[in-house]
Amino acid sequence: MVELTQEIIQQLVNGISLGSIYALIALGYTMVYGIIKLINFAHGDIYMIGAFTGFFAITILNLPFLPALFVAMVVAALLGVIIERLAYRPLRNSTRIAALITAIGVSFLIQNIALLAWKPDPRAFPDVFPFRSYQVWGIYLDNRQLVILGVALLLMVILHYVVHYTRIGRAMRAVALDDEAARLMGIDVDRVISITFAIGSALAAAAGVLVGIYYNRIDPMMGVMPGLKAFVAAVLGGIGVIPGAMLGGLVMGVAEVMVVAILESTWKDAVAFAILIIILLVKPAGLLGRQTREKV
Amino acid sequence: MLKVGQLHVYYGGIHALKGISFQVREREIVTLIGANGAGKTTTLKAISGLLKGANGSIRYMGKEISSVPAHSIVKQGLSQVPEGRRVFGDMTVAENLALGAYHRRDADAIQTDMEWVYELFPRLLERRQQMAGTLSGGEQQMLAIGRGLMSHPRLLLLDEPSMGLAPLLVKEIFEIVKQINATGVTILLVEQNAHMALSVADTAYVMETGRIVLSGPAKEVAANSEVRAAYLGG
Ligand SMILES: Nc1ncnc2c1ncn2[C@@H]1O[C@H](COP(=O)(O)OP(=O)(O)O)[C@@H](O)[C@H]1O
Ligand SMILES: [Mg+2]
Repeated sequence: MVELTQEIIQQLVNGISLGSIYALIALGYTMVYGIIKLINFAHGDIYMIGAFTGFFAITILNLPFLPALFVAMVVAALLGVIIERLAYRPLRNSTRIAALITAIGVSFLIQNIALLAWKPDPRAFPDVFPFRSYQVWGIYLDNRQLVILGVALLLMVILHYVVHYTRIGRAMRAVALDDEAARLMGIDVDRVISITFAIGSALAAAAGVLVGIYYNRIDPMMGVMPGLKAFVAAVLGGIGVIPGAMLGGLVMGVAEVMVVAILESTWKDAVAFAILIIILLVKPAGLLGRQTREKV
Repeated sequence: MLKVGQLHVYYGGIHALKGISFQVREREIVTLIGANGAGKTTTLKAISGLLKGANGSIRYMGKEISSVPAHSIVKQGLSQVPEGRRVFGDMTVAENLALGAYHRRDADAIQTDMEWVYELFPRLLERRQQMAGTLSGGEQQMLAIGRGLMSHPRLLLLDEPSMGLAPLLVKEIFEIVKQINATGVTILLVEQNAHMALSVADTAYVMETGRIVLSGPAKEVAANSEVRAAYLGG
């Protein structure tokens, strides 16, 4: 009995570590969707670019972990802003399907540029933290998990503060609720959209660097699966709802780890799609989502 | 203060405004009345810079603003309280009011305006931590007006503030409109409730299917036999 409990807690710990990475990526999907109703399918690739930027910042610039993380976040933020500016803004008033297809195109573009520039082979992410493992009541925790949890939690707390207690956060919520009314408040909606892309992309980049540290490897296609899973996490939590993305990410991470422990690792990626199908059948608005009224 | 000349608006193939011209003088209450679909809301949206396809001249304080983006127009003291209130439902009353002052940096003056708004609408003060979406229709209208005032406007555009409200509340809202005007704020009031609008306005314009068909001092317009037949129930 004790052993089973320990095993469950162990898997929970692992699942939450993985889930907090999904949550960081899911936040970008949900924030962008909340504000312009676009599923930014290039988001997973921004996460990949973040991981590579972190990699180069550590290996070429010799930066320590935190400055490298910062550089990756800044570069991804700029990339997110540029993508919105060049690819999505011109389509702001066209159909949603046009924007969606464009997003998929941007995703392919980034992947292929990365494949050309960096080759498809995985690279070993440098060991910024020499592996150290701790044991508490039979449960193993390593320092990388602690860093992931710490960084993810800190970023989410900062995000929560920005969204709820700052002027720009208030503007972001106003635009998400009613962009025309927001314009009447003197809010520059284009600027708010840019800032939303910047924040979402920076969070994805942080996730990319954390994954590099956790799994020790990165490659140009690394954004595809986590991107899809984080998208499912955002839908699971209620797309457009920020706490929903956090919750959805954690649930997704825990579910994945549990399924691997109970069944086998070949089922790992199927979990996401099973969850997606179930949520769409049972509660399409998501765990924390409300049945949304479509804006007229 | 505001001079609109030969304003045309197309929505795709629909010619919604067919070259309207009118003006609003400083400190006046001007009303634009007309039936549903006449083009009143379209006119206000064009003035506020919300429409891309607007053609014609819109001069505010001597400057052409027809190509100025909406968010910059607010900064110049031209604020709109939109049709259907459009309060931010998932935000508190206080947050909605703060958003009205979004472009301002003068914290002390913002505080003074906030106190004034709470004085005009004591019910908003009681409910300042409540979500705007949970307010009654009348309270939401008060919030929408209060939010508009928080930008410290010189010209306030009001789009059907009486819509969907009980007669007693309508009276209350119109009283407030007069009070706001008395502090020096010029008002352009769009209404389907012609009777109330004409009773508070100085000048009136009557719109029909994208055109202004009649204008003059509100009293004269109210006495016009066609207006009486069409809008004032005989
Ligand atoms: N977004 C829109 N797209 C197409 N037609 C519109 C749109 N908004 C308004 N219209 C049309 O323009 C005309 C004027 O509408 P509106 O300005 O809302 O009138 P009012 O405010 O006087 O009721 C109406 O015929 C209406 O159907
Ligand atoms: Mg209207």
